[in-house]
Amino acid sequence: MLGAGARPNRHAVNIVERPIPKTRAEVSTVAFSAYAYLFSELISYAMDRAASITELEERLDKVGYEVGTRMMELLSYREKTVRRKPEVLDVLKFIHSTAWPFLFGKPANDLQQANAADDEYMISDHDLLVGRYISVPRSYATFVPGSIVAGIVRGMLDAAGFPAHRGGGGGGGGAPQKSTTILVKFEAAVMARQAALENARRG
Amino acid sequence: MSAAVLTFVIVGQQDHPIYEVDLTGPKEQQAQYLHQFVLHAALDAVDEAMWATKELYLKTVDRFNNLFVSAFATPGGARLLLLHDGRGDDGVRAFFGEVYELYIRVMLNPFHTPSTKIVSKTFDHRVRMAAKRTLG
Repeated sequence: MLGAGARPNRHAVNIVERPIPKTRAEVSTVAFSAYAYLFSELISYAMDRAASITELEERLDKVGYEVGTRMMELLSYREKTVRRKPEVLDVLKFIHSTAWPFLFGKPANDLQQANAADDEYMISDHDLLVGRYISVPRSYATFVPGSIVAGIVRGMLDAAGFPAHRGGGGGGGGAPQKSTTILVKFEAAVMARQAALENARRG
Repeated sequence: MSAAVLTFVIVGQQDHPIYEVDLTGPKEQQAQYLHQFVLHAALDAVDEAMWATKELYLKTVDRFNNLFVSAFATPGGARLLLLHDGRGDDGVRAFFGEVYELYIRVMLNPFHTPSTKIVSKTFDHRVRMAAKRTLG
């Protein structure tokens, strides 16, 4: 299979030659304990380097963003028929019901449009996997571990061509319910394009 | 008839050209400049075409005299452009499909950023093979 001169390294398979698992059954999952350990290390790494809670969240958001941009491409490719998502709702639904199961094993609990503004959407999850096993000390009271997921969402939207403001994970960390809400606010250019598309379709 | 024209470019998520190859061998500089110019000019046409459809393959988006630009937009925001002199749709589509799969592998590399140039020799080799197979 390998042509002459096509293998710079005899021991490792070049990334271009590796298979991409396409069906769900082939995609391996990671043990939750291993993941929890890695994530706790990631948080303490970010904590060591951040001067404030906002900066800590920004660091997690950046990591998530990198994941998100790649996930958009990969998960789209894994769909039955590969399609792009030129519509706001398409891409949000994709995040809600394709990306969430891939990340957390279940779709997000809720996806809704904000009442006040039509460029704002909210994705909420009652028990976000990343927040499990994390007890936020009082001195970090406003810290939301969901920022990494907010970053993933931002990365996915950006890759799909819908730049949005970092909404951050709102929701009650200390409140009885552990719900996390990610607020997505699209940039003005996105809404303008969406409006132009709808106009063009109406003729 | 002049030499066949076949230039392929990948434009990354943030509008950087991250990979460029002339699949029909070296040309005189004048022609090279013209080809680059036509390809870059076609990006505007791609931007328009890509929001009107859910298909990845956008067919021929732009033409200049007898130069055609076919485009392929990935769900993750990268664009593949092929400058050619009137090839069949099926071959071009198949070529884009193959390169798209190669591109996914490269972009999944954590050390690859949206603006990193793809310099992998293996990638280059595979793109040329794909071109040979699908575009003859």
